[in-house]
Amino acid sequence: MSGTFVGMPAFPEAARAALGDTQLRHNLAHATATIRDRRARVVAEVPAWEELRLVGAAVKESALVDLERHLLRLEETLTANGAVVHWAGDAAEANAIVARIARGHGVDEVVKVKSMATQEIGLNEALAEQGIAAWETDLAELIVQLGNDLPSHILVPAIHRNRAEIREIFRDRMGEVGRAAPEDLSDEPAMLAGAARLHLREKFLRAKVAVSGANFAVAETGTLVVVESEGNGRMCLTLPEVLISVVGIEKVVPTWAGLDPLLRLLPRSSTGERMNPYTSTWSGVTPGDGPQEVHVVLLDNGRTRALADDVGRQALRCIRCSACLNVCPVYERVGGHAYGSVYPGPIGAILNPLMRGVGSDAQVDSLPYASSLCGACFEVCPVRIDIPQVLVHLRSRVVDGHRGDPVPKAEAVAMRATAWAFTDARRLALAERASSMAGRVLSRLGRSTLPGGRATAGRLPGASAWTNARDLPAPPRESFRAWWRRTDGGRGQDRS
Amino acid sequence: MSAREEILGRVRAALAGVDPSGPVPPAPRVPVTDPADLVNLFADRVADYRAVVERCTAVELPERLAAALPPGARVVIAPGLGVTVPGAVVDDGLTALELDQFGAVVTAARVGIAETGTIVLDHGPGQGRRVISLIPDHHVCLVRTDQVVADVPDAIELLDPARPLTWISGPSATSDIELDRVEGVHGPRVLDVIVVEA
Repeated sequence: MSGTFVGMPAFPEAARAALGDTQLRHNLAHATATIRDRRARVVAEVPAWEELRLVGAAVKESALVDLERHLLRLEETLTANGAVVHWAGDAAEANAIVARIARGHGVDEVVKVKSMATQEIGLNEALAEQGIAAWETDLAELIVQLGNDLPSHILVPAIHRNRAEIREIFRDRMGEVGRAAPEDLSDEPAMLAGAARLHLREKFLRAKVAVSGANFAVAETGTLVVVESEGNGRMCLTLPEVLISVVGIEKVVPTWAGLDPLLRLLPRSSTGERMNPYTSTWSGVTPGDGPQEVHVVLLDNGRTRALADDVGRQALRCIRCSACLNVCPVYERVGGHAYGSVYPGPIGAILNPLMRGVGSDAQVDSLPYASSLCGACFEVCPVRIDIPQVLVHLRSRVVDGHRGDPVPKAEAVAMRATAWAFTDARRLALAERASSMAGRVLSRLGRSTLPGGRATAGRLPGASAWTNARDLPAPPRESFRAWWRRTDGGRGQDRS
Repeated sequence: MSAREEILGRVRAALAGVDPSGPVPPAPRVPVTDPADLVNLFADRVADYRAVVERCTAVELPERLAAALPPGARVVIAPGLGVTVPGAVVDDGLTALELDQFGAVVTAARVGIAETGTIVLDHGPGQGRRVISLIPDHHVCLVRTDQVVADVPDAIELLDPARPLTWISGPSATSDIELDRVEGVHGPRVLDVIVVEA
């Protein structure tokens, strides 16, 4: 598995199944509405928010356009701080590095801080194949792991589950992998969190090796940063003897000062808090405090492919806040699973094709269309990724990828026919005559009118994929050119 | 070719012809306010996270501290705290399992951030190793009024990235269940911040 859920159908099919799940839709509507309000409140508190977004975007962009230099600097500073730096071109290489280090310490388990990068590379499954259990310690990740489920949100991977479902998962499954849930477990969130605290504490206290990601990696100082809420991150980053951090190469921030706008933007955009409960930073090994063996795995896995796309490059600025998911009308209705990847929502709809490559399969190619292009995602993005722009760009690349198809798609045939008719005045006149005749017929068949009173065409035979979900205006009875000829451009004064 | 050379080669190829100068404008700052207002804002913002905030003078501190600690709890303190806490054990490299037997911990801090209600520990004298302020369920943190700065950029300027840093904004919390905020998961479930007049 590499960044995608195995065997996922293309988005429209997966979305149809999700839309039929009323419990899921209820859970999602409640959760996304809650977090949207919370974000809006704390963002409104910052008068210079728009300016801050510009600076945040500039910091990340400055790292990307000079990435080689910053990566080399990061390697140098990390090494000077006592960390061991590894490079992994793809998921398999990264997994092999982590497994080799864990095996070298003779462990059969590791504790994990929630990390998108390790989900993307399927680290848990890869370690399981080597007989090493990877325990997720973030509450939502624990719910997903115990429920044998897939994450559906970047920040709150179990957003599709409500409290009653979580209680069932804890009661049924906790005992199989460690300390069982208390007998009298209720569905109160505080009680569920308490059960997770007890269940995981024994794992934290005995763990020898921890695996984390990083929100930021400061090139200038060789510092990694993990932003979290529960304290499971601090446990993993502090208690074990060995710490392995898997860090995407786009996580580089050139300077220590560059952390400032990002640490102000991320919590407000993500959980809707002024600041998240815990942020940990560490620069390699600190003698006598925390892990004494520190590894950093710098991961490509398609990031350089995204970097090479002049329009799509900006997606690598993403700081994984998930604000774009919470405001997206498509995500709010279908949830995260339909996107078939650990990166769902608007950002996933561009990151997956950019990192895996347009044309790699039908599922990836369906993602740039999983949007109404309403633009809400761009408006909330703390690092100003113009997601609608990238979606449109990727759609054109998907279309370009099918130009040589032996059997063209219906859309391509229609476009070709249109081009044929539009490039010749005589052919266009004929088409207009046909269209005005069709207009007279279709406007009689149409069952509704558009705002402004214009008739719709109803369902068009042969184009139902289009007209099932959209109102197609019936063609006018007279074309513009015919009207011009008849009235001499309006001078003949006839307004019929 | 090693993975390192391959990745760096791909980065180079991807950016061929791209201007490597990415100008970064200065980040906006909150307007400078009166130091007293700053401390008030800090106290309000810490309290917003449902942490307990108290203010006192250096003379009142031992008494306030004794009152803040849970009765009967074993207390661990960081070396160099500078305040006597009767009955407290000074950390001298306790293991995580040993620390799990303590009910409370008292530490100093390096910086307080008013705008976000954050305290930052750089684990220097009085603050101790990262683990001591993590395992006990009740953290009492002492912040001097002259340690409070306006906003995140001021803290970033003061802090030394070579040291491990722990930024703490309220007690441990989660919103993972229906996005309902619940205080207290793995870190200390109770956070007391005592703001001491400098």
